[in-house]
Amino acid sequence: MKSASFDYHAPSSVEEAIELLVAYDDEAKALAGGQSLVPLMNLRLSAPRAIVDLRRVDELGGIEVSNGNLAMGAMTTYATALADSRVQDELAVLACALRWVGHPAIRTAGTLGGSVAHADPAAEVPMILTLLEGEVVARGPRGERRIPAADFFLTYFTTALESDEVLTQLRWPCRQGPPAHRLGWGFREVARRHGDFCLVGASSLLALDPDGRVSRARVVLAGIADRPYRLSELEALLVGELAHDSRLRDVADAAAGSIEPPGDLHASADYRRHVARVLTYRVLSDSVQRAEGGDGS
Amino acid sequence: MTAVTITVNGKAYKREVEPRLSMADFLRDELGLTGTTLGCEQGVCGACTVLVDGRPMRSCIRLAVQLDGREVTTVEGLESPDGELSRLQAAFWENHAMQCGFCTAGFLVTATALLNEMSDPTEGQVREYLQGNICRCTGYQNIVNAVLAAANGKKGGTNA
Repeated sequence: MKSASFDYHAPSSVEEAIELLVAYDDEAKALAGGQSLVPLMNLRLSAPRAIVDLRRVDELGGIEVSNGNLAMGAMTTYATALADSRVQDELAVLACALRWVGHPAIRTAGTLGGSVAHADPAAEVPMILTLLEGEVVARGPRGERRIPAADFFLTYFTTALESDEVLTQLRWPCRQGPPAHRLGWGFREVARRHGDFCLVGASSLLALDPDGRVSRARVVLAGIADRPYRLSELEALLVGELAHDSRLRDVADAAAGSIEPPGDLHASADYRRHVARVLTYRVLSDSVQRAEGGDGS
Repeated sequence: MTAVTITVNGKAYKREVEPRLSMADFLRDELGLTGTTLGCEQGVCGACTVLVDGRPMRSCIRLAVQLDGREVTTVEGLESPDGELSRLQAAFWENHAMQCGFCTAGFLVTATALLNEMSDPTEGQVREYLQGNICRCTGYQNIVNAVLAAANGKKGGTNA
């Protein structure tokens, strides 16, 4: 239960970090908060030849809001994000989800960039990044690029990030929807213990037009596929419709029928499908209530 | 080996450490501070929780090198310099908030962080905050009672 040996580097700039990743040619891992990587190393499921610790890279911190986007340095911890009034005000669904990430002792050390790079399919942050159609900013020897969340998460613990790239920033679109439309969001998850990875998580965004019809709908689930799972086809069942309870239930039923969740020690596939149905309904219902109540930032 | 300077319970320690050394092993093996216990060594059980710059962290999944320049408080640092128990520690004593004691250091440190954040938590808030700490004797009730008693400035009165 102790990590294997590794070379250790703590560069002070992204450029230096990239040089190290290049020099180790696929055998180095970037270390953010270490709340996923260090357990894997302790269990010897991961034994990188080198660790490139990003803790000294100041430019990977900080939060800025401009042009309707919240740009968050990759090394921002869950605790820092949760305490930030701009996150609370502009990204209420993210703030809600962050309270479900790990426990206080994990949220102090763990980072949002680390969670996204780790890409656990049951994790909250990748789900919300997908829901909000956020972007990942990565920098490597070939320069900087922005990768939409929909293209970033490839499969279990696998992303579009190249081994010589550093994830530098997460970009979160703030209030989304036509100006006169009312917006609502929902986030729910079921876990064996609050703070554990969820068995199933669900999140949604709805916009209602002045007549009360759904003008935009998004639903993303976690824990039921190899990556955050957006119910793109089912969203169309809502758009243009009045957000009646029966319509929300139809969508939840269709969602349960459309997924192939994994079964494991913690929950059977059938149970996960059942929970996905219930949570999909509830997040949609929450979204409608928030939109109608006017607190759905 | 990598040079680190880490302040533990108010005292600065300079050491050369292997990068793979966890903070928990640094405390236990390098400094002899064995109050911090190691349960799962994968960040799940909470036994090894310490305060870093006043906030709780798992010392089993932090490398000592990651804490270079930081201030760490362990269970040994909770009592006053003259050895008087903190109000929380005294409340654990009064409420019999331990059975085998293995998880106790982690609970004390985590609950210390809780009381630093919230002076008057509800029982629900205490339970939520402590959910990352596992007690295999399942003595949670007395632990929650102790934390609430400490918050209320009492050292007894378990069911108040």
